[in-house]
Amino acid sequence: MSSISIDKSVAMGLKDLLGYLLDSDKVDSVLTMRRIPETGAWDLALITDSGNLGEAEPLAPVMTVNAGKELSSLSLSGKRIAAVLKPCELRALIERVKREQGSLQNLLTISHTCSGVFPLEQAADGSMNELLPKYEKVASMGEVPSSVRDTCKACQHFIPVHPDIMLASAGAQRPGEGCVLYLEGGKAEEALREFRGVRDDRVFDPSSLDRTAAARKKERDRLFARVENDCSGLDGLLNVFGKCVGCHGCSRVCPICYCALCDFESMNFDYNLPYFEEHLSRRGALRLPPDTVMFHLGRLTHMSFSCVGCGMCSDVCPVGIPVAAVFSRTGERTASLFDYVPGRSLTEEIPVMVFKEEEFSELG
Amino acid sequence: MNKEFVPRITSFLCKWCSYTGADLAGTSRLQYSASIIPIQVMCSSRVDPVFLLKAYLSGSDGVLLGGCHPGDCHYETGNYHTRRRFAIVREVFESLGLESDRLRLSWISASEGPKFARIANEFTEEIRLLGENPTRKSIFL
Repeated sequence: MSSISIDKSVAMGLKDLLGYLLDSDKVDSVLTMRRIPETGAWDLALITDSGNLGEAEPLAPVMTVNAGKELSSLSLSGKRIAAVLKPCELRALIERVKREQGSLQNLLTISHTCSGVFPLEQAADGSMNELLPKYEKVASMGEVPSSVRDTCKACQHFIPVHPDIMLASAGAQRPGEGCVLYLEGGKAEEALREFRGVRDDRVFDPSSLDRTAAARKKERDRLFARVENDCSGLDGLLNVFGKCVGCHGCSRVCPICYCALCDFESMNFDYNLPYFEEHLSRRGALRLPPDTVMFHLGRLTHMSFSCVGCGMCSDVCPVGIPVAAVFSRTGERTASLFDYVPGRSLTEEIPVMVFKEEEFSELG
Repeated sequence: MNKEFVPRITSFLCKWCSYTGADLAGTSRLQYSASIIPIQVMCSSRVDPVFLLKAYLSGSDGVLLGGCHPGDCHYETGNYHTRRRFAIVREVFESLGLESDRLRLSWISASEGPKFARIANEFTEEIRLLGENPTRKSIFL
């Protein structure tokens, strides 16, 4: 463990780092959030020429796509990539590597403490620009910005788990502290050997975020109580998921749902006439497309224990279903059956891939 | 006049143990509930959680999943995986306030005809007390 201090703001220090990594050929490309010059909107970009880093905004509180999902596929290309990831994106990456959808071998992961991201709608219509100053002020005081995604407010994993390089962003720093890079492991030490800055052996102190943690815990309890109230029993289920139009957008953007041939999009769910006739004879009416509620219940049983709570699903839902809130809450419960925390460790096995001979004896 | 409620219990039974146990109950001429609608599967672990959901949401009043006793799986470890998945399905049900008592996992070996008959009767009685599954009539599922 070692640290490097740079006498610059965190955002500028991080950009310097990315420039250094490209110019000194430590990596082939960097993955970062970027401000599109022509439109002012944000996107996730893979940059190979350090001349293009001017547009990079690695700490922008926006998530247009879960970068862990994109990065896992890129990681198999064999190219060396340095990626700036939010903590939930890093966890998503770990979950995907466990599912053999990627590899950490050629990656240099850079992550930072996170105050949450804006809903995509506000990032797209530009209203986020007005809210940003307040967001930064509130975050720097260690409080929860009111403008971020619901699941961000309730997120308990805002300190990244074992990235190669970690940064403390707003709220996790003393004022005027500058940019401190906390290096973990030989890969980071090797890559940053010639990087200019003051070397030290400081270790990140999470207690600086105790206040944030307490505030997030309160938000989490509030969000989960709301889900429990709205989405309880069959009526609640219909109330919440009854609006679903069956677009499957939530599973497309989900970093955990990686199956190329999703069961719900397979021929298993292409119904024929006798199916409709049978249902109609019994129920007298049938909702189309069918199985929208089952789709969500099915996903809950298939992957909720690995849900990293990034909130992409809620953000893309065209009818405003709080998918992420439901999945975070149920996911926390299904994961806790196995003392599992998604993305915590590469060596922790996915619950459905392993078993213990002595467990759940009450079930049989 | 109300007709007496006869539960329908979709039962996924593994070929090697539970289904054979059900066969034994039959050949032993044991009386058991006619509510059981058996579906033979090669192993209880063939039952994707979605099968249970489909049965539940299509109006089955109960869903029974039967496999070999732990350690006795014909494919060595299939039923251990079944057990984990079943635990997840139950937890999902409970977290959403759905009636998880309509789902049941039972280990029934090929020689346990009487046990199969007992579980069939017990579960039917439990379901009778719960009443008809509200999903049966719901048009929104």
